[in-house]
Amino acid sequence: MQRIGVFVCHCGTNIAGTVDVVAVAKALGQEPGVVFSTEYQYMCSESGQQLMRAAIREHKLTGVVVCSCSPRMHEATFRKAAALEGVNPYMVEIANIREHVSWIHKDMAEATEKAVILGRAAIAKVHLNAPLQAGESPVTKRALVIGGGIAGIQTALDIAEAGFEVDIVEKSPTIGGKMAQLDKTFPTLDCAACILTPKMVDAAQNEKINIFAYSELESVKGYIGNFKAQIRRKARFVDETKCTGCGICTEKCPQKKVPNEFNMGLDNRRAIYIPFAQAVPKVATIDANYCTMMKTGKCGICSKVCGTGAIDYTQKDTVIEREYGAIVVATGFNPIDAKVYNEYGYMDSPDVVTSLELERLMNAAGPTNGTLLRPSDKTHPHTIVFVQCVGSRCDETDERGKPYCSKICCMYTAKHAMLIREKYPDTDVYVFYIDVRTPGKNFDEFYRRAVEQYGVHYIKGQVGKVVEQNGKLHVQASDLLANEQLHIDADLVVLATAIEPDKTARSLGTMLTASMDTNDFFTEAHPKLRPVESPTAGIFLSGVCQGPKDIPETVSQASACAAKVIGVLAKDKLTCNPCVAHSDELLCNGCSSCEKVCPYGAISYSDKEFRGPNRTTLIRRVASVNPAVCQGCGACTVACPSGAMDLKGFSNKQIMAEVDAICK
Amino acid sequence: MQAMMEKRAKELLADGTVNRVLGWSAGEFPYDITPAVFETAKELEDAFVYNDFCAANLSKYLVKESRKEGKILVFLKPCDTYSFNQLLAEHRILRENIYVIGVPCYGKADVEKLKAMGIEGITGIVMQNGTYTVETVYGDQTVKAADAMAERCLSCKSKKHVVYDELLGDEGEVDADCNRFDMVEKLEAMTPDERFAFWRGELSRCIRCNACRNVCPACTCEQCVFDNPNSGVSQKAAVTSFEENLFHIIRAFHVAGRCTDCGECSRVCPQHIPLHLLNRKFIKDINEFYGDYQAGADPEAKPPLGTYDKADREAGEGGRH
Repeated sequence: MQRIGVFVCHCGTNIAGTVDVVAVAKALGQEPGVVFSTEYQYMCSESGQQLMRAAIREHKLTGVVVCSCSPRMHEATFRKAAALEGVNPYMVEIANIREHVSWIHKDMAEATEKAVILGRAAIAKVHLNAPLQAGESPVTKRALVIGGGIAGIQTALDIAEAGFEVDIVEKSPTIGGKMAQLDKTFPTLDCAACILTPKMVDAAQNEKINIFAYSELESVKGYIGNFKAQIRRKARFVDETKCTGCGICTEKCPQKKVPNEFNMGLDNRRAIYIPFAQAVPKVATIDANYCTMMKTGKCGICSKVCGTGAIDYTQKDTVIEREYGAIVVATGFNPIDAKVYNEYGYMDSPDVVTSLELERLMNAAGPTNGTLLRPSDKTHPHTIVFVQCVGSRCDETDERGKPYCSKICCMYTAKHAMLIREKYPDTDVYVFYIDVRTPGKNFDEFYRRAVEQYGVHYIKGQVGKVVEQNGKLHVQASDLLANEQLHIDADLVVLATAIEPDKTARSLGTMLTASMDTNDFFTEAHPKLRPVESPTAGIFLSGVCQGPKDIPETVSQASACAAKVIGVLAKDKLTCNPCVAHSDELLCNGCSSCEKVCPYGAISYSDKEFRGPNRTTLIRRVASVNPAVCQGCGACTVACPSGAMDLKGFSNKQIMAEVDAICK
Repeated sequence: MQAMMEKRAKELLADGTVNRVLGWSAGEFPYDITPAVFETAKELEDAFVYNDFCAANLSKYLVKESRKEGKILVFLKPCDTYSFNQLLAEHRILRENIYVIGVPCYGKADVEKLKAMGIEGITGIVMQNGTYTVETVYGDQTVKAADAMAERCLSCKSKKHVVYDELLGDEGEVDADCNRFDMVEKLEAMTPDERFAFWRGELSRCIRCNACRNVCPACTCEQCVFDNPNSGVSQKAAVTSFEENLFHIIRAFHVAGRCTDCGECSRVCPQHIPLHLLNRKFIKDINEFYGDYQAGADPEAKPPLGTYDKADREAGEGGRH
């Protein structure tokens, strides 16, 4: 029989305000096996822990139940306190009477009753608890960064700076991401390429950083400290080690009609291409979908003009396997597809563009060499209308848009408006907005400059419709402050489309067992206190994959993320979770159900000899669990038809005892 | 067919390919058929039968038999081959110790149905062109096959053998439109209260004889949870009759995704509880949630409830979870 102590925490008024803690302590004191029960204002405080330790000594406690906040908060605190008194840390159970009771109930009688029930369940479990010993596992001192945008680059640079190896896996032919496509950056208006490309070069030159561009993550297995990843290096049909990036092939390629994704399809590139001048790695890539040689077997011009013989039409995808201690998700974002908002005429007129397309139209390396020209007739636009919140801040029922604020659009539109007025003072610029949101250092000053110094017409109101008429774009909108309908004949309409996580995020989340929200942004371990960690140990979050951010915020978060990764990689050993699965070989059928559902590959099978009836020997196929690999998720215990698989610390019996205690 | 099978079995015994034969033997009455292992030609001559009363699925017996010394010949009807494959996928039988001969089946007769028609003194049965000729001590009687066929055979999902080393007779086809979910759909259309009443009524007849579990080819655990004193559910007096009913619900969950819909549970139930409907509900749900899946059709196929796919439906997505 266990000697159990119960400690009920007030958490100030957080718990005591809704739960009669004295009554809970008294009721639980009556439970079988409970030899001591008390309440205290803050159990997690130093004096609270001392109180617990004294009770363990005095009453020779073998098990402890703390009725307090979520075990995610203070389970470790109380386990350590118990361990200091010689009680195995896994003999401590938490009954969460804050998040599960006081914070969600209003009626005190009801809340108190529920707190007692949860306490009773924890006591029932402790009766069946057994001391567990945590093992240790080694740490692979290398990090994987998924995505080579500014977030991924910054995280990689900081990790490398601390002396650890980092691999960047980038799916497009070059690192740089969205920032490489931008013209100027707010609020300082410095050129994006001028501040980004030095970092790209740093990454390329850093001995600790390996860049796997034009590569995709194929699979990930393992756990914190010991991940195994398979990376598919897609065939470029160009030997990276031979290509010098001279670009002759990209000039001579006769296939000139390939939409240029770097310029948002506003101009064309060749079938063999280097996305932009400062690409890293600066290596050409053949687009097999357009290459005449690949499609018909006739051409081969790039191969003929290549001075180093780098072209290889027979190149195949290769899959490499690498080991990592930590993984950083930096998969970034994309603007939503504007074609679903056809009231703005995006599909009808080439002069209705998205903000990212406008970036390219204003960029010196863009399709117009930096002169702002209408895509339709290559003339200067004189009236430009900006439409804000296209797909952002939508009603939950709106299937086309997003419920969240994309956060960056107010600022980049102010930037666009200001740059246009600066360069082309004869242009009228209108911005239709719901609200202008400019929290951030020097952000509001920036926006006010657009309005006050540059005379941009900011109009609170929504654009209803954009129709192409006689070469003009007829914009019908409402001015909510003046309460009037406006009709503007514009030359160019710019849509500030919402941003959404990259499409690969969802499947990546599944692969990494990292949780996501309904908008496919990765969820952080704690929204305030652990913002760069995923709830899955060893998975870290950098940049917009976690939520909309501008560049300064992304870079800060990327560095924060690197600090967390370094914290893992700096350790030689990690303490394992002793709550792992084990198989009862006498019950095991050898059916492989557990093996099939195990996300960590922790289960293997072997033929073992067993004693059969009448002194015979039976050979049976049975499962065994590698405790260093098992993460204690419990999937196998559910899949096992015969109940042979069980989880230490969360055994079927313990869980049934809790259920019985709750239903009593 | 019986003569052909017996001849082949004798040949394989004689040339040493196998040392035992798993087949059917007649009991006291010609319709009282039990699975049996034959070790000699003489035993085969004395007792081996194959007729339209040979309904028993022999696959499960291989769990024990295939672990014995030497190779065993087994005769499998089309629907038995699905169970065979499922057991193979779960590593419950040793393929190298088994020689499978596929035998045709056009639907087995349900002797209870014949008796209900007032046919007595049955000595044999022959099916031809959709008619059973029932031989009785009072002379032959003919009945329409559909009237005397076992329920499960009326909605037969497949007359194709999915595994065999050798085939006797003609190969049949998978029947995609076998209407086997008609009754499930009827149950789904009921209100929860009606459905609860239906199952309470059916399951109230259960006498916990465990025949359904013992015959089920998916129930091959070394020790069933209902026999395991550590599981917390064995040897436990039911508090209410509802708790008693839960035996069947738990069993349906345990075989979900692995049940090949062979229908043995309902066939052997002495209380005529339509237990196969519980399993069919699971099969129908799995088909709808994860795409068509037939347990046992392909031993290499990924079991939908035992694997995770990125395309899998998330909880709460689109309804009935």
